[in-house]
Formats: sequence, structure tokens, C-alpha cells
Amino acid sequence: MSTTSVDHPATRGAAAAAVPGEPRRRPSWLTREGPRWLFLAPAIAYMVLFFGYPVVKNVTMSLQHYTASTFFTGQAPWVGFQNYVTVVKSSLFTTTIVNTALFTLGSIVGQFVLGMLLALFFRRRFPLSNLLRGLLLMPWLLPLIASSAVWKWILDQDSGVLNQLLGVFHLSAVPWLVSPHIALLSIVLVNVWLGIPFNVTILYSGLQEIPTELYEAAELDGAGGWNMFWHITWPSLKSVVTVVLVLGVVYTLKVLDIILGLTGGGPANSTQTLTTNSYQTSFTLFHFGQGAAISNILILVSLVFALIYLRFAARSNTE
Amino acid sequence: MRGARKGALVGTVAVAALSALALTGCSSGGSSGGSGSSGSTSGGAKTSIAVEDYYTQPTTGIMDKVYQACAAEENVKVTSSHVPGAGFIPKVLQQASSKTLPDVLMLDNPNVKQIAQTGALSPLSDYGISAKGFAPAIAQAGSYDGKVYALAPAINTIDLIYNTTMFQEAGITTPPTTWAELQTDAQKLTKKGVYGFAFSADNDGEGTWQFLPFMWSNGGTETDITTAPTVQALQFLTGMIQKGTVSKSVVNWGQSDVLNQFLAGKAAMMINGPWEFPQLSAQKKIVWKQSPIPTRTASQTLQSPLGGETFTVPNTGDKTKMAAAGKLVKCILSPANQAKIAASEGDVPGQISVATSFAQSHPLYAAIATSVKTARARTAKLGAKWPATQTAINVAEQTAFSGKASPKAALQQANSQKEQ
Repeated sequence: MSTTSVDHPATRGAAAAAVPGEPRRRPSWLTREGPRWLFLAPAIAYMVLFFGYPVVKNVTMSLQHYTASTFFTGQAPWVGFQNYVTVVKSSLFTTTIVNTALFTLGSIVGQFVLGMLLALFFRRRFPLSNLLRGLLLMPWLLPLIASSAVWKWILDQDSGVLNQLLGVFHLSAVPWLVSPHIALLSIVLVNVWLGIPFNVTILYSGLQEIPTELYEAAELDGAGGWNMFWHITWPSLKSVVTVVLVLGVVYTLKVLDIILGLTGGGPANSTQTLTTNSYQTSFTLFHFGQGAAISNILILVSLVFALIYLRFAARSNTE
Repeated sequence: MRGARKGALVGTVAVAALSALALTGCSSGGSSGGSGSSGSTSGGAKTSIAVEDYYTQPTTGIMDKVYQACAAEENVKVTSSHVPGAGFIPKVLQQASSKTLPDVLMLDNPNVKQIAQTGALSPLSDYGISAKGFAPAIAQAGSYDGKVYALAPAINTIDLIYNTTMFQEAGITTPPTTWAELQTDAQKLTKKGVYGFAFSADNDGEGTWQFLPFMWSNGGTETDITTAPTVQALQFLTGMIQKGTVSKSVVNWGQSDVLNQFLAGKAAMMINGPWEFPQLSAQKKIVWKQSPIPTRTASQTLQSPLGGETFTVPNTGDKTKMAAAGKLVKCILSPANQAKIAASEGDVPGQISVATSFAQSHPLYAAIATSVKTARARTAKLGAKWPATQTAINVAEQTAFSGKASPKAALQQANSQKEQ
């Protein structure tokens, strides 16, 4: 299903440009269409093999009673939508949906606001600005499992650096990863830190594309900083912002390693999201059918955001 | 240009959306590194045997030596691959589905029944290996449907490890043997920057494993986690956290985190296993001793969970190789290798008689050698259904420890949430 949604607009656009007015003679069709498909073939093969197959496999798996034995015997009886019913009925489902929503929303808002502020800040050239901007990419370069181990240490309640620092200001220690009420917030904070490089990089390059004459003209008209941002920067950045937000949502929805590294979904399921739940259902409980069902629900949610993006892109193209 | 860029981005969106698949779509493709199933014959007609385990350094070095020594003895060629951590079980399942299982497969004992149930393993009796003389719990954990599929050369359990310097400072002369003593001692030992007691309550399986001695010794059972003895055990540990003698952070500590707390002098007592003895002995800063985990009353018998990595011979279909693999496993399980593996890994030998003589030559392991005789296998009663209960106990522990619900309510909630 993804293959069509991806290829469709591109193919349609290309076909529309090429076909009209051409006489429909067979040799011409062959000479025209043959090479085109030849060029597309590697991409199609890649998509079918690495995206089409897993999607189909995941969908079929979610409709089967797929257990550890299945891997050896190959036997997995069809159970229809039983796995989906079990998953949705489970009392954990609401928790994971709420957690996933809060985690995604919190991360996106945090990453975007901070990313935008930093991107605007780095627009001014100052000594070492390039070096500093480069250093901002650090979170991106570190292996997730290493950075989550360091964050776990930083956020430790008794001897973590963060609480030691708060202690200097006579603030009481915060149970960052230990309290079920705060753990999700801590994970959001770490994910914001991780997402800032992505937001800064894309927004910064978007800012570079805005013609400086616009600002010069605005300055002559006596516009202040806020007015310039609201009337020049923001409208010019709109398409970049959409990209950042939609990609950000999709990236955030699927975050797994950070949560596994920091809390493993705990304490008491308070940081359990669709991804961690899918992982644990499959690889701890060996209910692969149910795990697949959960991840299909996740894919569906991601797809909704992909479609929102496509809608937006199509509209801004026709404008 | 705009159009092209758009196309690329749409692709990226789809890629990002679909990469969630990596979670469950593991069975497809992938390389089967290390398992040389081609009948390669270098230097004569030696059968080539692939061994797979999840050991990490430095144990890999020790085990590779054992494998090679056994290979020389049985005149076969052995290649070993080590797949550490969370990637191991997915890898085994993937190999099962692509019919590329190794000739000798190491499995953690609570996973044996799950894998044996799939039909992927062959009974060890086919190779003249019997569970005779092995600790009952390991024979139990390695059996499925009346047949033994797996045995461990070395086994372990957990006990109480304490800082003797801190005990002296607090005026405590003997280690606690009952819950009440554990609580009083912990109270005496707790001071600024030091908790009296530490254990693991993470949700990676280690939390449940460390809760079992309290639950089992008090009469609790894994078949119904809501019974009064289990509630009482959870109540006791929750009380210790509420009184501040145990850190609230235990919900986020694995066993290695607990060891680090102890080594940093931030915990006076801890629950941990003999596999840490080599590391504990290597350092000089903390003076330590061990003793059995306290029970609620002095008259109760301690029942602790059995740990240990077992060896199995998967059903690869190649009779010659399976026979050779069986010989190799028999060699790994020999008394000499049991003692060798136990000494270097920090375990005790799997066979009672070997363990007894081992305890005489390695006094450090004497207490553990006694405990494993009565240790219980986690999968003894529930078999392949154990993982669901393990998760439920973890969740209940974390719910009670973090104050989200009372121990009783926490256990009831977790039990009703448990996947059937």
C-alpha cells in the first residue's frame, strides 16, 4: 500500500507531462515507456523488496496466531482481527496511546520551538558561529544507546548531575526517571535534546533561502524584529516548517531505543508507548501476531501524517 | 526542482513511517553469520560444528577455549558466534524460520521450554546425555514434555552481599536472617548518601528474578500472584522503600547498577549473584561478605531462583552433524568443564557432586553451592507461559514501589492486565 502512495503522484505528474497530444502508436509507446520503466525498475524493486514485503508480512502476521513455534514450524493459523481486538481491549492500550500522543506532542513542540529559536539565533554571523552550529549536531552523531546511558546517569535521582545541580540552588531532588508522574516528561526532554539538531539544520537552511532584500525593505519601512518574523520569515518558511513538523512527528512516533535505554517503558508502564509495547509484546511475551497488530496501528497513524503532508504539498504546488 | 525535492521528501516520509516495521518484521532476510552449514572440509574430513551463545567479554574467551578443547577431543572443527543482549532471541527465531540454526545453541534456562515447545530442539538422550546428578531445578528447567533438551554446565542463584566495614561501624555483628532483622539493620546502616539495602526492580526481567526469593520463601506462587504471601512480600519491600532504607531508584536499576551502587559505597547491603564475585574480589576498596537472603520468619526455608546458561542441540536435520554436536555438548557438560566454567564465570557446577567438591576448593562459592540445591526454576510451573507472569510481577513491583497503588492493588491490577 505504501508503494502506491509513494509512486502515484510522481508517476502521474510525469505521465501527464509526457502523454497529451501524442499519437498512441505502439512503437512510440514502447520507445517512450520502455526506458522509463527501466529507469524506475531499481527503485520499484527496492521498494517492493524492502518496504512492500515487510508491510505485507506485517499485515499477514497481525492476522495470524503467530508465536515462537511459528518460526520453526511455519504454522500460524489465521485468526482474522482477533489480535487487533485483544490489543485494543487490553487495559494497556489506552495508556500507550495517551503516552504516545503526549510524547509526540511534547517532543515536537519542544524541538520545534527551541530549534526555531536557535536557527534564528545562528542567522546572525558572529565569531565561532559555524563551529557552534556544528557542535549542535552532536546529539545526532552519538549512538543512541550511548547517549541514553549517559542521560540515565545524568537523571539519576540520588547521585545524578542534574539533581546535584538543583541541590546547589537548594531545590529538592527530582525523581526524573523513578516517578511514574515525571518519567514521561524526562523522556520527552531527552528526545527534545535529540531532535534539536534536525530542526535547527532544516530550519536554518530554510532561513538561508529567504532573500535578504525583503528584510532590508522591511527595515526601511520601520518594521521591528517581531513584525519581520511574522510577516516575512514565517510565511516564507511555511513549506519548510511543514516538512520539519511532519517528519518530526513520524520520527518521534517510532522512537524506541531512547525509551528502552532510559526506562524500558517503566516505571509501572508510565513510559510505555506503541513502539515499546509492540517490541515487548513480540520479543518478551512472544505474541508476534499482537506485536504486529500494534505496529500496524502505529504505521496507520504515521500514514495519516504522511497523507496530511501530501495534501499540503499538493495544495501549495497548485497555488 | 521543487517537484523533485517533494518527491524525495515523500519518499522519506514513507521510509520513516515504515521503519517502524523493523520492530516486528524481523524474520525476513538477514545474514546468518558464523554458522557454516556448508560441509567445508579443511584439513581432512572433519565435521564442522557451529556454536552460538550470548556471552560477552571476558567470558567469550573462556568459553571459546572450552569449545576448542572439546572440538580437539571429539575431532571436529568448531566455529563459535556470540550474539549478546537483546538481539539473541530474535536471532534464534530468525534462524529457526530460515532453517539455519547452529549445531549447538546456548539458551538461558527460562527460554528453554519456549524454544523446545517449537520443536526446534532434539532431546539430549539421543546423544547419551542424562540429567542424572544435576541440580533438580536445572533438569526441570531443561525439560519439556518429559524429555531433557538442555543442561547447564554451570548454574547460579542470588544471595545477600554486605559491606563488612559498614556493618562494623553500625555495630552489627551478624548478617540479617529475617525480614525484621533486614529492616532494622538497613535502618542502622542508612545515613547521608548511603542506603541500607539495594536490589534490582527494573522491568527487564531482573526485577522479577530478585523478587522471587521473597515471594517464594514466604509461600507465594507464580501460578497466582495475588495470594496473601506474595502481597506480604511486596508489602515488606515497599515498606523498606517508604522508610527510606532503600532508594526509590531501584525501579530503574538492573543488577549491574545495583553492583555499582554497592561498589561506590552507596549501598551497605545488596542482592546479587556469584557472577559478580570475580569483580568484587578484584577490587580492594569495599570489604564484603555474603549470606543467604533473609526469610520472613527464621523457620521458613529459603527458595531462590535458578540461573544458568544451558546447551542444546537444535534439530538441523543433518544427522552426522547433530551426532557430533551431541558429543560436543556432552564434553561441555563434563565434570572437568563444569568446574572450569564455574570458576571463571562465577557460578557453581551444574552437577551436585561436582558442586560439592567445587565448594570445598572454592570456599567463596560454598553458600551458593548450598542454595542452588534447593533453587527453583522460573519456568517449572508455568513453562512457556512464564514471560507473561514475569512481566506482571515487574509491573506490580514498580507500581507499588513508586506509590501508584498499594501492593495488593498493584498485584491484582497487574494480574488482570496479564496477557492470557
